[in-house]
Amino acid sequence: MTTPHNGFPATRRLILQGAVTVALVGLGNIQFGLAPAFAAANDKYPEDAFKAKSEADAIKSLYGKTAEPSDKVKLDAPEIAENGAVVPISVTTTLADVTSISFLVSENPNALAASYKIPAGTMPSVANRLKMAKTSNVIAIVEAGGKLYSATKEVKVTVGGCGG
Amino acid sequence: MASSIRVRATSSGETTEVQALIQHPMDSGFVKDAKGELIPPHFIQELTFEYDGKNVFVANWGAAVSKDPYVKFSFKGGKKGDDLKISWVDNKGASDTTTAKIQ
Repeated sequence: MTTPHNGFPATRRLILQGAVTVALVGLGNIQFGLAPAFAAANDKYPEDAFKAKSEADAIKSLYGKTAEPSDKVKLDAPEIAENGAVVPISVTTTLADVTSISFLVSENPNALAASYKIPAGTMPSVANRLKMAKTSNVIAIVEAGGKLYSATKEVKVTVGGCGG
Repeated sequence: MASSIRVRATSSGETTEVQALIQHPMDSGFVKDAKGELIPPHFIQELTFEYDGKNVFVANWGAAVSKDPYVKFSFKGGKKGDDLKISWVDNKGASDTTTAKIQ
């Protein structure tokens, strides 16, 4: 009488054990897959950030956090740029422990223009020349002590530098 | 062939100011040529300045950096007569390297 009843629970236990093992193996795979991707993001060319359309997406892709405006970031750009193909823009900051400085142009097809790594011993001050498609906000991002700080300035462009 | 990189590195005792000018088309991929065809993107992606065996400045550039790009920065240290090594790589895999003496 008892034998037919015993067989059923045993099979069910086996099935349950199998399911748990499969779930654990699955989780393990996901963790192994993600780890190298994060490690590589620190020193490789940030392809995805440069392809992002909006400045918010570019900042998120590059740093994974948002910036707060700071008057310690000094963004120097012209009020009016006669030639959008060559707009001189520079940034200096009094913040300590600066690790990177980035430049973004909101209205360009891809917002992120340039990103500079500042190793210890290098001054947190960069000057460069950027192309601007049209009148737009220019945003400077300074990463200091693991936090992001920004400064924004509007530059009026009379002749765009990205169109034909 | 002359180098595509022109560098002036000037030491003021405590710090060294570096100005670099590179000859490169920096095509954005949004501009059309005379026939109305898009000029494919061609721009420098990474520019590295190396002093005394370590990087003092690394630039990651997108297509929005102007043609014949210019950049200026300064770093602590750097003695007159020492070498500063500059190299770049563009999105087509082309590259150039030069060494400049700090003045």
